[in-house]
Amino acid sequence: MHFEFDIEAGDFSKVGYASSQLKKIMKQLVGDHKIVKRVVVALYEAEVNVVAHAYSGKVIIDINTDKIEIKVNDKGPGIPDIQLAMQEGYSTASEQVREMGFGAGMGLANIKNNTDEFYIKSEVGVGTSLTIIANLITE
Amino acid sequence: MKVKEVVEIISGELICCESMNEVEVQMGFASDLMSDVLTLDSENVLLITGLANLQAIRTAEMSDISCIVFARKKKISKEMIELAKESNIALIECSSSVFKAAGLLYAAGINPVY
Ligand SMILES: Nc1ncnc2c1ncn2[C@@H]1O[C@H](COP(=O)(O)OP(=O)(O)O)[C@@H](O)[C@H]1O
Ligand SMILES: [Mg+2]
Repeated sequence: MHFEFDIEAGDFSKVGYASSQLKKIMKQLVGDHKIVKRVVVALYEAEVNVVAHAYSGKVIIDINTDKIEIKVNDKGPGIPDIQLAMQEGYSTASEQVREMGFGAGMGLANIKNNTDEFYIKSEVGVGTSLTIIANLITE
Repeated sequence: MKVKEVVEIISGELICCESMNEVEVQMGFASDLMSDVLTLDSENVLLITGLANLQAIRTAEMSDISCIVFARKKKISKEMIELAKESNIALIECSSSVFKAAGLLYAAGINPVY
């Protein structure tokens, strides 16, 4: 199954829409609610990052029987030092973002923790692409 | 503990929704930082926060949190109620500080997440 959602940056009132839709879809398909929670938490933090740090973004979701793959691509300033950005506590978030309950530099690390595979690519001045993959079948 | 008992213990007001009165909560967590809340993997968690915005509701939705207490007289907006209804999340207003609400609920048997 294939789904796509647009993310408008700067619009904090809609952030979480894609994650919310995905949660509804996954609840129908995946019995293990811990997996559902891990995936939607990861996507939610990724959505927040687009709204907080980029200009606009797209979420592309592909669900198969054994795994889910989510791409979050944004147009934005990009990340100059990914290793630094991945460090817990590192954040360039604005005061506005912190007032929303984010901006403690925990997002990227938590996205990684909640998924089985995590890839991040970024080009300064162009944008950032995340790919997150989670297995849907627990052995 | 049931949501209606939580409301009683903290002298709060259940703003949304009546149908949530019988829902059980076992553990509590207090934070204004949603990224912190999103790291939890427990279930039946009650969140105490002073952050009254849509992100608190979305965070609860993603984290399977079924009850949020908004401490220090923070007001729950119409938009927050609409979103909470979609996901069956109880919203409680309370005039105590986060510290007092947490203390009262802890004393009454709500366990810490860690
Ligand atoms: N999509 C993005 N575009 C540009 N910069 C980003 C993006 N995502 C993350 N970053 C950078 O990485 C830092 C750390 O991100 P994260 O761990 O999610 O913490 P936070 O968002 O709380 O700052 C951000 O502060 C920002 O500098
Ligand atoms: Mg972030």
